[in-house]
Amino acid sequence: MIEIKGVHKSFGDLEVLKGIDLNVNRGEVVSIIGASGSGKSTLLYCINAIEKINSGNIIVDGIDVHDKKTDINKLRQNLGMVFQQWNSFPHLTVLENAALAPQIVKGFSKEKAQEIATKELIHVGLGDKLHEYPTRMSGGQQQRLAIARALAMEPPYMLFDEVTSALDPELVGEVLDTLRLLRDDGMTMICVTHEIAFAKEVSDKVAFFHEGLIEEIGTPQQVLDNPQRERTQQFLSKVL
Amino acid sequence: MNNYEFHWNVVFDAFPQLLSGAFTTVHVSVLSMLVGIVIAVLLALGKLSNNKVFYHFANIWIEIARNTPALFLIYMAYFGLGAYGIHLSPYLAVFSALVFINAGYLAETFRGGFQSIPTTQYSAAKSLGMNNIKVYRYVILPQMFRRIYHPMTNQFVWSILMSSLGILVGMNELSGETQRLQSTSFRTLEFFMVAAAMYFVITKLVLFTSSLIAKKVFKGELS
Amino acid sequence: MNLFTPLSWSDSGFILTGILNTVYISVVAIIVGSLLGLLVGFVRAESNKSINMLLGAFLDVLRSVPLIIQLILFTTFIGAMGYPLNPFAAGSIILSLYTMAFMSEVFRSGFDSVPTSTIKAARSLGLNYLQTVRYIRIPIGMRAVFPSWLGVALSVIKDSALVSVIGYMELLRTAEQLISRTQQPIMILIGVGLFYFMISYPLSRYGKYVERKMEI
Ligand SMILES: Nc1ncnc2c1ncn2[C@@H]1O[C@H](COP(=O)(O)OP(=O)(O)OP(=O)(O)O)[C@@H](O)[C@H]1O
Ligand SMILES: [Mg+2]
Repeated sequence: MIEIKGVHKSFGDLEVLKGIDLNVNRGEVVSIIGASGSGKSTLLYCINAIEKINSGNIIVDGIDVHDKKTDINKLRQNLGMVFQQWNSFPHLTVLENAALAPQIVKGFSKEKAQEIATKELIHVGLGDKLHEYPTRMSGGQQQRLAIARALAMEPPYMLFDEVTSALDPELVGEVLDTLRLLRDDGMTMICVTHEIAFAKEVSDKVAFFHEGLIEEIGTPQQVLDNPQRERTQQFLSKVL
Repeated sequence: MNNYEFHWNVVFDAFPQLLSGAFTTVHVSVLSMLVGIVIAVLLALGKLSNNKVFYHFANIWIEIARNTPALFLIYMAYFGLGAYGIHLSPYLAVFSALVFINAGYLAETFRGGFQSIPTTQYSAAKSLGMNNIKVYRYVILPQMFRRIYHPMTNQFVWSILMSSLGILVGMNELSGETQRLQSTSFRTLEFFMVAAAMYFVITKLVLFTSSLIAKKVFKGELS
Repeated sequence: MNLFTPLSWSDSGFILTGILNTVYISVVAIIVGSLLGLLVGFVRAESNKSINMLLGAFLDVLRSVPLIIQLILFTTFIGAMGYPLNPFAAGSIILSLYTMAFMSEVFRSGFDSVPTSTIKAARSLGLNYLQTVRYIRIPIGMRAVFPSWLGVALSVIKDSALVSVIGYMELLRTAEQLISRTQQPIMILIGVGLFYFMISYPLSRYGKYVERKMEI
């Protein structure tokens, strides 16, 4: 499980996270919603230790992410991450993109790595694009590649940062379908998203972020259908 | 119009010397490129570093190399150093000037290539569990190499063409050799026509080989 | 008796002539080369494959043969044909053609950078072909390539030093003569270097500044 306790994070003078507490159990899907700049992405980056934190703890399966003694590269293998901008590696084919980390990080043979990568690529519907270069694919396809690339490390947790918000509207559906697929597989996921309807459909818990704090958290029914806090109501009335 | 009679025999007889001149041309260009690349990496690191001394040293080198004529730098190496009792051979004078310039231009190429890789590529690679060495080895440097490949080829071609300034300090590369040969036979036009053709062939061969390698290494990628 | 005489104020006229000669021939080559380059670049952007190949091959030769060889070849050639030209004229012709070879690529990419939709929009407003070229394609395309144009222009100023090989008394050759008379190479060469640097450096900075501004 992922335990986030009292996490503070500042960029210079700007305090972006002001004490976040959040638990994510195995098999749970937690969605994070909130206005732009409220610190949603920053939290995901902190969970993956791409950003350092100022105080608090983030503990993944009993291991403190920000402890100096933690082997962060080993830990990251357990935390798949997909970004808003798809970040495919443009110099590698689709298959090479997905097989790279299993081979060079996990030390699998090239064949084994490609086998796992192929399986995940077929899973996200890119089975016919294995030898294509990502720059020739649509944003939706590249985003599914990014998901398969993360899945090929076989992580127990997946972090998604607004994976549909840079996509053309007609491509959003195919990526959301891929996420539904993962949920049905029982994957533990944290999804930062602007797709309220999607959050309602797939989440076990929804957290509403406001200015670096979790303003409201609960089941989708509680937070999305029946928000108690004024700020949540205001936010939802704006985005729905 | 005068009737100029072309005499090619004397040129053909001198062909071995011309070839040896061409060899020196390629020699000095390749060497100045290789040494230039090594220095360029250091200069690029200097321009990216926070160390003031290192930064300014790199900056001054780069700006002098980019903003003064090659011939000026060759004269500096040949006559200028000579005034301090450092007498470089024509080869060394041209070589050092080319190294100086190649390093300056390539440093900017390398820095630009490095900075053109979006930071999100680092995040993406790290999120897959790669340590810093792997991030650079498998994700950043290969992409950087693609971006600096063509500018590097162009710099190499430029070195070949500019080494012809050796003619002005009596170097025995292709131009200098041609100058020497024509001065005893007076078939100036013929000799320089052949030299021009040889330069053309050399640069075309370089460009052709370079694109062949690019096709092999970069396969079907765009950009 | 001392053969060498040190640098003195009476040399300033001589040096100034060298400087002016460098400026003259550079300005001529940049202007003529740009105009020819604009024309050739336009023709290349417009015309079919075979004309393009032919023009491309000619430009290729200009770019693949060292400038110094072109200068020597040209003066020797016109001399042998019985029409010798003074160094300024011969140098201007070759330097302009050489400049054209690079400028035409710059302008061609400028013309290619104007989207066809913009051209169609202009035509739909009733502009004829020539008006579209004059008021749409040249202004838009040329603005886009200004930094590259400046880059080529600066390299022409530096390359103009090579015209000394055919006897043109530009700055570097002036310096060379002063050096052999005064035996003070360092001081003279540094002065020459500074001259080029002071022209090239600010302009190249300006070019980079414009380039950065256009990216945003
Ligand atoms: N590397 C950084 N350096 C400085 N400030 C940063 C950095 N990254 C983020 N910020 C700032 O932190 C704040 C929170 O950013 P964050 O990206 O976490 O917001 P977000 O909730 O994900 O918003 P969005 O919906 O726009 O993605 C913003 O004000 C942002 O400008
Ligand atoms: Mg964000």
